Amino acid sequence: MEQEALYPTEKLKCWNEAKQIRMKYYQDYAEARNKGGIRWAGGAWTFDAIPAGLGEDVYPITSEPYGATIAFDKDLSLECMEAAEKEGYPRDLCSYMRNYWGSILIDKYPFGYNDTGEFVARFQGAKPLGFPKPDFIWQDHICCSHAKWYQVVSDLEGGIPMFTVDNAVGPANELTDSKIKFVVEQLKDGIKFLEKVTGREYDDGLLFKAIRNHFVSTSKWAEICALNKAIPAPLDEKSIYSLYVLGTLQKAGKQVADFYEKTLLPEIKERVKKGIAAVPNERFRVMSDTQPPWSFLSIFRYLEKFGCVSIGSLYTFGLIGQWEVKKDGTWGPKTIPDVEFSSRDQALYEYVKYELHKPEWQHFYSCHLKSDMMIRIAREWKLNGVMLHYNRGCEGLTVGIAENRLALLEAGFPVMAFEGNNADEREFDEARTKAKINAFMETIGAK
Amino acid sequence: MIHQFKDWEKNRHDYAKEWKEKTDGKVMGYFCTYVPEEILYAAGILPVRILGSHEPQDVTEPHIFAMFCPFCRDCLAQGLKNRYKYLDGLMIAQSCLHIRQAYTSWVKHRPVDFEKFLCMPHKVQSPHAYEFLTEELRVFKKEVEDWTGNKITDKALDEAIKVYNENRRLMHKLYELRKRDNPPITGEDVMEVVMAMQMTDKAEHNKKLKELIANLEKSTPNREVGSRLMILGSEDDDTVFMNMVENCGATFVIDDHCTGSRYFWNEVVPEKDRLASIAARYIDRIPCPSKDWEERKRIPHILNLCKEWQVDGVIIMQQKFCDPHELDFVAIKKALEDAGYPTLFLEFDVTVPTGQFRIRVEAFLEMIGEEDLF
Repeated sequence: MEQEALYPTEKLKCWNEAKQIRMKYYQDYAEARNKGGIRWAGGAWTFDAIPAGLGEDVYPITSEPYGATIAFDKDLSLECMEAAEKEGYPRDLCSYMRNYWGSILIDKYPFGYNDTGEFVARFQGAKPLGFPKPDFIWQDHICCSHAKWYQVVSDLEGGIPMFTVDNAVGPANELTDSKIKFVVEQLKDGIKFLEKVTGREYDDGLLFKAIRNHFVSTSKWAEICALNKAIPAPLDEKSIYSLYVLGTLQKAGKQVADFYEKTLLPEIKERVKKGIAAVPNERFRVMSDTQPPWSFLSIFRYLEKFGCVSIGSLYTFGLIGQWEVKKDGTWGPKTIPDVEFSSRDQALYEYVKYELHKPEWQHFYSCHLKSDMMIRIAREWKLNGVMLHYNRGCEGLTVGIAENRLALLEAGFPVMAFEGNNADEREFDEARTKAKINAFMETIGAK
Repeated sequence: MIHQFKDWEKNRHDYAKEWKEKTDGKVMGYFCTYVPEEILYAAGILPVRILGSHEPQDVTEPHIFAMFCPFCRDCLAQGLKNRYKYLDGLMIAQSCLHIRQAYTSWVKHRPVDFEKFLCMPHKVQSPHAYEFLTEELRVFKKEVEDWTGNKITDKALDEAIKVYNENRRLMHKLYELRKRDNPPITGEDVMEVVMAMQMTDKAEHNKKLKELIANLEKSTPNREVGSRLMILGSEDDDTVFMNMVENCGATFVIDDHCTGSRYFWNEVVPEKDRLASIAARYIDRIPCPSKDWEERKRIPHILNLCKEWQVDGVIIMQQKFCDPHELDFVAIKKALEDAGYPTLFLEFDVTVPTGQFRIRVEAFLEMIGEEDLF
């Protein structure tokens, strides 16, 4: 099964920097209050440039990556799941959400300080901290679970001020002034809410900077993913998971924008130029869909035994990345708006208009829009097949997945569907999935 | 008395086909009760709600992943089995993700002449939702006009609002009768009336509803009332279950369902801008849990219903995998029990295990009745 290397490979030089940004993020959140700062909670898709206007000592914790972080720590995750179930919450609800609620219920943060005082993950020997309660909730809502998730968080914490923005105003190809304004007006109300609950005066200058960071993070991430069209692919999906996550943590943060633009992008360009592969024996290319089963990322390494690289997915490309169709008809990074911000209203309008094009928001309106994007990726990234994760842990990203399968097959791409759960390891069968991969590799000619 | 409503519900397809033949009009299938039917009615279109058939089926597996609710799969099955071939159009108003899949699969595999995803806002608690939905309705009205070739006049909208409001008022009157110590109508029969309401011409429904109410006002049924129950939760048109419970020594006197009170509870308050007044009605209606945030406004409403209809206990049902209700029922259960209302939680599928449920219901009723012994 192991095949001879066709291409040179090397580790990512920026790997440790990416890890440090992530760890600092969780540390900053935990320690915010010690320094007189503010901490807030909300989803990975929330308009995070808005709370940035409260000051430079305002730290978020985004819910989905937090749920995934717990999932990676199997023992802690099980404890969290069982605590949520004991409260009466059903097992088929979003598994990130159940991890998150469980973390509040058992009062354990997956990070803490080790014996030498270093801030590390719990499974790396940290004595766990209690769950750091946020000062306010700043959420968005497009999936049925988004706003409801934090209703429960607020219940469990005995009440936290909460503001949610409804961003489900329809697909990008039907955007109108009225739809954009509905979101903008909510953001303006949200700013008033933030001023009220924090007692701070809002700084539009900081808002403008954060929106600019947002444009850079999301456009540059797409540019990085577009480089993966190259053969060999400079990045494999397992590595992509550790890189895209920064955008899900704080896409409006300067550290994330700078990392994508100034560190990761030049390095990936260099890899493409030199023909450096993520998987040196790359012979076959596939993509996946939805979040992976976080406790079992080894399945991506298993693919490599067949000379198969998973180059990413609409999920990793489009969850944070912003795209547009270029003059030659192919997908490329969305052009950063060439505008100077002169007022709050104008900046918010530009921010919303840009953000409502997010690829991973489109299938909430129609699975067929997602099928079109997936077929585009399969063609432009030159794929041999697709692995669809029928993900029991996330209704929002699994919506319409069966129709996506039919459309991909119709377009001529072999599809392997496997059932699992992004964050509830009790619902993933590793042996069975590997057996499916064996058969699928045979289907695409890799065995 | 109830026969006509049952007949409409059981023979829903025949009704729609006959209506079409009689009027030469168009029939619009719709998912979810956030669809502003008044606009369709004003255009001379018959709106019919797509409901399932409670039969095990094997046609939706390739289209909807099995972790989504059985109701959305049952609805899609009706389309794939060509039971709604007479539809001219199909539409949905944005609500939960589950039912949306029935819509998106249906329009692809059983195309219709007119299809519409109406962007009903989720955040109905936002003051900006009114203006946003009004604009969405303006666009929708124009699309319907272009499709039918007929202008929807203010006069037609006024008439539609009048007919629909009358229907809602009559339903309130019917529900008021259920407050009696001996309610003249069972929960099962009320469910038939509401379902029929969602698939017939409202003017015709009004006529029969008036007759029904007039008869019920004089009626004192000779059946044991037993425990007075409320049923609440997801979409529920399971008359078999209702019948079973009401034969165990209980009567459903009130509900909170979109196939029940949530469908008709609020009226359109007519204003100069007809579309704005229709939008306000759908924004202000008793919310589906998918739209009930940041504040949970359904809870005080439910508690009020319990009080006014003098409920002894509440059955909380939910369609399996129905996330919005799963996200609410823990809080609702707590609120009910804190207020002294015992609850029984049951998870529904396309067909329910009547025997098993009967045992649980009987135990629940025994528990409720226990107080009377001491």
